[in-house]
Amino acid sequence: MDADLFFFLLIATGMAGALLAVVLRHQDRTCASASFGAAALSALFGTIVSILVLTGSPMSLQLPFDTPFGHFGFTLDRLSAFFLLVISVVSFAVSIYSIGYSKEYDGKYSIGLLGFLFNLFLLSMTFVISASNAIFFLIVWEAMSLTSYLLVVYENRKDGIASSGLLYVVMTHLGTALIMIALIMMGLYTQDHSFDFSSYSGVGALMPSALKSTLFVLLFIGFGTKAGIIPLHVWLPYAHPAAPSNVSALMSGVMVKTAIFMMIRTFFDFLGVTDTWWGLLVLLAASISALLGVMYALMETDIKRVLAYSTVENVGIILIGLGAAMVFQSYNLSLLAGLALIATLLHVMNHALFKGALFMGAGSILFATHTRDMEKLGGLAKRMKWTGIIFFIGALSIAAIPPFNGFVSEWLIFQSLLQSFQIADVTVKILLPVAIAVLALTGALAAVCFVRLFGITFLAKPRSEHAEHAKEVPRTMLVGSGIVAFLCIATGVMSFAIIPYVDQVTTPLVGVSAASSIVNGFVISPTNDQFSTMSPFAVAILIAIMVPLVIVISNRYGGKRTTVVEDTWDCGTPLTAHNQYTGTAYSNPLVRVFSYIYRPRPEVRTESTSSPYVKKKVSYAFVVVPVFEKYLYQPVVGSMVFIARRVTRIQAGSIQAYLAYIFATLVFLLIIFR
Amino acid sequence: MDQIYIDIVLSVLQALLLLAVAPLITGIIRKIKAYAQQRQGASILQPYRDIAKYFHKDSVVSRETSWIFSVTPYISMAAVLIAALIVPVFITRTLGFVGDLIVVVYLLGTVRFFTALAALDAGSAFGGMGSSREMMVSSIVEPTMLLSIFAMGLISGTTSLGSIASALSISGIDLVRPALFLASAAFLISTIAENARVPVDNPTTHLELTMIHEGMILEYSGKKLGLMELSSMTRLVLYFTILSNVFFPWGIANDLSVISLGVGLVAILGKVLFLALVIAIIESSISKLRLFRLPNLLTVSFTLALLAVMSFYIL
Repeated sequence: MDADLFFFLLIATGMAGALLAVVLRHQDRTCASASFGAAALSALFGTIVSILVLTGSPMSLQLPFDTPFGHFGFTLDRLSAFFLLVISVVSFAVSIYSIGYSKEYDGKYSIGLLGFLFNLFLLSMTFVISASNAIFFLIVWEAMSLTSYLLVVYENRKDGIASSGLLYVVMTHLGTALIMIALIMMGLYTQDHSFDFSSYSGVGALMPSALKSTLFVLLFIGFGTKAGIIPLHVWLPYAHPAAPSNVSALMSGVMVKTAIFMMIRTFFDFLGVTDTWWGLLVLLAASISALLGVMYALMETDIKRVLAYSTVENVGIILIGLGAAMVFQSYNLSLLAGLALIATLLHVMNHALFKGALFMGAGSILFATHTRDMEKLGGLAKRMKWTGIIFFIGALSIAAIPPFNGFVSEWLIFQSLLQSFQIADVTVKILLPVAIAVLALTGALAAVCFVRLFGITFLAKPRSEHAEHAKEVPRTMLVGSGIVAFLCIATGVMSFAIIPYVDQVTTPLVGVSAASSIVNGFVISPTNDQFSTMSPFAVAILIAIMVPLVIVISNRYGGKRTTVVEDTWDCGTPLTAHNQYTGTAYSNPLVRVFSYIYRPRPEVRTESTSSPYVKKKVSYAFVVVPVFEKYLYQPVVGSMVFIARRVTRIQAGSIQAYLAYIFATLVFLLIIFR
Repeated sequence: MDQIYIDIVLSVLQALLLLAVAPLITGIIRKIKAYAQQRQGASILQPYRDIAKYFHKDSVVSRETSWIFSVTPYISMAAVLIAALIVPVFITRTLGFVGDLIVVVYLLGTVRFFTALAALDAGSAFGGMGSSREMMVSSIVEPTMLLSIFAMGLISGTTSLGSIASALSISGIDLVRPALFLASAAFLISTIAENARVPVDNPTTHLELTMIHEGMILEYSGKKLGLMELSSMTRLVLYFTILSNVFFPWGIANDLSVISLGVGLVAILGKVLFLALVIAIIESSISKLRLFRLPNLLTVSFTLALLAVMSFYIL
């Protein structure tokens, strides 16, 4: 089969989907089925293309015309095919889900616009992954940013959406500016001064090392902004939740991966990892992101914000793997770099799958209850059985419960960090155990976070009318989210079969194939089976044997007994929705334990009548100070506003004054450039 | 190929041994505590009778609960048993290929994940409180356990539990390093915290504001309570076994000869009984800590574990 053909079909169906959305914009349901159906088809072609490339040879498709900046076109090698596969599979599921989910907007917002932007967003992500030219890449990168911005502000009549979008568009452009500088700079250093990515490979070797390091920092900040590493994450917890839930699933699960893709591409392929401190810098930023991300996730009561902060955490985990790979590579420990990079890519894939499932689950909750505040939910496990199961699978995966997929990648990252004893340098030896500790702590806190999220949202009594009357969502939504939930289990249990393919992706980047030393039958054993072995497949089999065994034996022993359904034991105070545990109460002990980081500020406000002894109202609020927003961004924004106010003074509105400025400038320039 | 069948038989035998002695160990701890408090105390066989009685009773289930509540007892028991299949007890040969120490820690984490959810399921504030506190404690304890076993993994050059035990038991005294003591101290504190013992939690109180674990299983009754109790007793012995065989594996059998098997069996029973004595003495001599003093203790153990790992890299 020809990959080119399917890539062409991918573009054609995506474009057709966008077009259909516009044409059919007046019939909401037809429009949704047509445009999201086309998007699903396009994603299916994307899946086929990437599988063809991963199992066969690279694909290259040039546009039939030339530009001043070289040939624009699409190429897919193994690395880009892997990311395209991740994007396509999740997009496929989300597209199916969107058919049902968009009912939410029927008659309120334009479905045509949603379908149009959605298709363009999917296409732009595909193009970002497959762009063969730096300038073309920057164009589609910008297209991806703009379509996602428009999707973030789609529900424009809601409060706070506009400012979330503004924050996103500002931050993403700061990032893009840095990326632009770095990519163009690299192009100037290529042998034939071309902007084609094909000539970028190994360009780092031709640069002075100071410049190379500068470019690394620029790229890390630039792509880090899109990926949402702390402290560049500020936009993420606003923008991801603000978008429609199907788009949030794509932004959180998939769009951040394009940044990870470009980091791997630019660091390993273009620049070449030579300095150890690059890896250590990535590790440092990653550790902070992972730990703080999950800690902030623990505080949120808005389901989608919890998930958005959890994306910050998981990007941190991914970058811990990447940082470790870079450190190993800088010491020429290629086998270990390969191991760490395989772990990184697996976590990229796994996060896309489980975050897709969780965000779609959050969307289903929003669809059924019209609230994303977990304090107003509860009891959904019985009312929305399938959504509950899908969300639960996502939660088990993200909490790294064996044999789900999140566990496998986290285990591999642990194993690769443990291999750091093979490095001779003492500084590195001290720093890597710290990363191990951070990862362990993050994992444990993530479990708390998802017990809280699932428990408060889905269990116990409903806390509001909305939750009380929640109904299961339409079948397309269950199918869409069910696909990724199923894949969360499948990719975990069958990870031994997937790793060899991932290894083929990393082999050209690190120079060594690591698969033979990682996979042994259905057992995974990093570097050698003396060090450690693990088999999610065997764990799954043991669970399949042990759980029924326990059920049968315990039901046999002692004979059949009756079960009486009764009220929860309530100490005599009738149990209502109000005396249940809430999400805020649930995380309160942790806030006290980590008060140094959270800086909690309980506010008690009292309104008295004329007499101070008679109180009209006492209100209690619990505020957690977002450290970076308060101490990093607010001063910057404040000073910008201050400068801007000063500058407005020259904007007097009188033509004469402006003419005078122009004259003065001309004179000034003539003097300088005479 | 015969190797693997022998390993399967051995690991099943070891898991069954843990399951069988678990109530006995709990009974012995209670008896020692009773002596320390100048009481007669119940027979050391009482936990067996308790569990048998739970299995013969009808259940009352809250109408608020969902499927999470019903599956949790089975999942907990199954996960503990799977972990028991991996952990070496009297011989270093187990189903080690299934998973290493990280898998064991995460399997025990699975038990906690489900129990904490089941606690929220009935909607009672006691359950929520227990669940929230349990997760707070575990968020520091779980990384501590991982780090302390990592330290041992690094010393012995493997993270597979069976291999750690055999490497340490063969090489003997050369491996006694600062890391060993730091890590074992950290792991002992973790064992106390994870198994709801004084000073972290009080295993014998119900319905007081001190409780963590008991608050979580308050809504269970009948067979399911029996399963929850049995799985937490097994979990305690499992921790004792890990503590014995990862940090002080001397005596454990490395081959199938009758003598070494006998020595292995006696050694592990001796070590587990010793740990039961230690726990009982700790529980009798200090009082329960206030909840928000706990993090100090747990952070100390976390730091010990981190130092253990670092000392391996630096020294």
